[in-house]
Amino acid sequence: MAEVTLKDVRKIYPGGVEAVKGITFDVPDGHFCVLVGPSGCGKSTLLRMIAGVETISSGEIRIGERVVNDIEPSERDIAMVFQNYALYPHMRVYDNMAYGLRNRKMDKAEIDRRVRDAARILEIEPLLDRKPRALSGGQRQRVAMGRAIVRSPKAFLFDEPLSNLDAKLRVSMRVEIRKLQKTFGTTSVYVTHDQLEAMTLADMLVVMNAGRVEQIGAPLAVYEKPATTFVATFIGAPAMNLLTMSGAEPALLLGNGSIPSEGAIIGIRPEDLALAPPGAPADGGIALPLTVVAVERVGPESFVYGTLDRGDSIIVRLPGTHAPAPGERAVAVASRAKLHVFSADGGRRL
Amino acid sequence: MVENRPFGNILPHLILWIGIAIVAFPVYLAFVGSTHEPTIIANGQMPLLPGPHLVENYYRTLFIGTSGTTREPVYTMLLNSFVMAMAIACGKIFISILSAYAIVYFKFPLRMTAFWVIFITLMLPVEVRIYPTYKIAADLNLLDTYAGLTLPLVASATATLLFRQFFMTVPDELVEASRIDGAGPFRFFFDTLLPLARTNMAALFVILFIYGWNQYLWPLLITTRDDMQTIVIGIKKMIVTSDALTEWQIVMATAMLAMLPPVLVVIAMQKLFVRGLVETEK
Repeated sequence: MAEVTLKDVRKIYPGGVEAVKGITFDVPDGHFCVLVGPSGCGKSTLLRMIAGVETISSGEIRIGERVVNDIEPSERDIAMVFQNYALYPHMRVYDNMAYGLRNRKMDKAEIDRRVRDAARILEIEPLLDRKPRALSGGQRQRVAMGRAIVRSPKAFLFDEPLSNLDAKLRVSMRVEIRKLQKTFGTTSVYVTHDQLEAMTLADMLVVMNAGRVEQIGAPLAVYEKPATTFVATFIGAPAMNLLTMSGAEPALLLGNGSIPSEGAIIGIRPEDLALAPPGAPADGGIALPLTVVAVERVGPESFVYGTLDRGDSIIVRLPGTHAPAPGERAVAVASRAKLHVFSADGGRRL
Repeated sequence: MVENRPFGNILPHLILWIGIAIVAFPVYLAFVGSTHEPTIIANGQMPLLPGPHLVENYYRTLFIGTSGTTREPVYTMLLNSFVMAMAIACGKIFISILSAYAIVYFKFPLRMTAFWVIFITLMLPVEVRIYPTYKIAADLNLLDTYAGLTLPLVASATATLLFRQFFMTVPDELVEASRIDGAGPFRFFFDTLLPLARTNMAALFVILFIYGWNQYLWPLLITTRDDMQTIVIGIKKMIVTSDALTEWQIVMATAMLAMLPPVLVVIAMQKLFVRGLVETEK
């Protein structure tokens, strides 16, 4: 049980590339922290620095009370689950899980107890004598989890553990990881590029972009009040519609008409928009006339892609399968309360 | 091919059998020669069927030797060849797996230089550096010793490169998982890398054993005493070019015996050998 604290952590590679540009945050004890961002944003590097398999160029990482900057990974009291599982191919499942404990010179009976406990929790008891190559992807994932659990570490680190699984298995493992983490109450840091995974797993969401933190907060808080246009488009699918307003434009979208002179970006989530027949009044909200370009029906909902008369493209998410056909005209309406307003460079919420 | 045409199979089989006959016939002839009296071959008649002197000839070959130029019984030559081939194969594997491990997994100054220097030695086989190598071996009093026979042949760029390529295919995550599991460089090497490289080592062992067994030029230079000569040299020495009579039945028997160990090694390691060449799972 421990909190993980990062203070102005940087990673500069020998070539001069700065992969992580000064990150500070604090994962409270027992919390599930998800680092999310597009590939190459530095989230995996950051996780590997916490694990100790990547050196820290500057800044400070604490696990519990201890500064771990110069401590070997095995001494940091963490366990890591890798994207490709990284099981030892020549060892049986049992030995895979016991290996780390044996290296710590733990008592044989205690190792056996821990491995069997973990195997029972993960329901992999019948597989203990198999080699990893005889396991399916999902089973390998469980073994990798088992290897982490048996160490009963201060922190679990997950590096995109579900991205090699098929969609259905991913959902069930996601639920299971969450359940396990709650059972053990171990502080966890989880890296993913999948915003859905991030939203469902996290107690605390850290959205990263280009080596920096864009926003930290509870998943729903991030969804409801994205701090930047990057967060706004990254969290939520389909992505939020962004409309650039110049200062001279009529204040049609803002009601109180306070668009700064340098302009602003207005964001509307597809799910906050509805479609009305052409010529429908704004009704206290906003009304954007558009021409439908394409419609995607996925069953419970439909996505309408349109081009606004002012030139921008827009996505509207409608419940059910009833939607206008391509080429038809319509008006997208939304209430003003649902609008997100960002500064013209997208870096700030107004 | 999924096709199944009875006639279509005949031609490939015919070609295969012709090929086998071309390879196997001389070996058969050598075997036949090793079972006859010396006079029969000396008279210029080469029989096609085995003769009655098999046990007698092989006994003489193994334990007595020829009465001509080299009087050494063949079992000492077999032993010498075996020691040399084993030492070369094991020594090469040992040294090259360690140097490949150092080059791939450790960061030290001049790492790439070291790699390229090893790489360049590919261009310097024994035949090219024969004089300096001989001089060094002689100055170190290594003539007529097993060390002299094997040491100059032990360093191997090829094996180092092979292991390097193999180590580079081992996923980084495995190294990291190992570090998190508390395995230091030694433990990682013995617990993870060696078991994974097992099939590669077996394949390499087969190739290197045969390489060592077939060495001719170097043993010819470094050994002067008959009791240190290898079997390949022995065969050469048994064939007399001057007036004396070559005891062909013994030469043939020696040739047969010389072929045996490499064949046994290949048969014994066949499964691992094939797996080592084709297996990619990690």
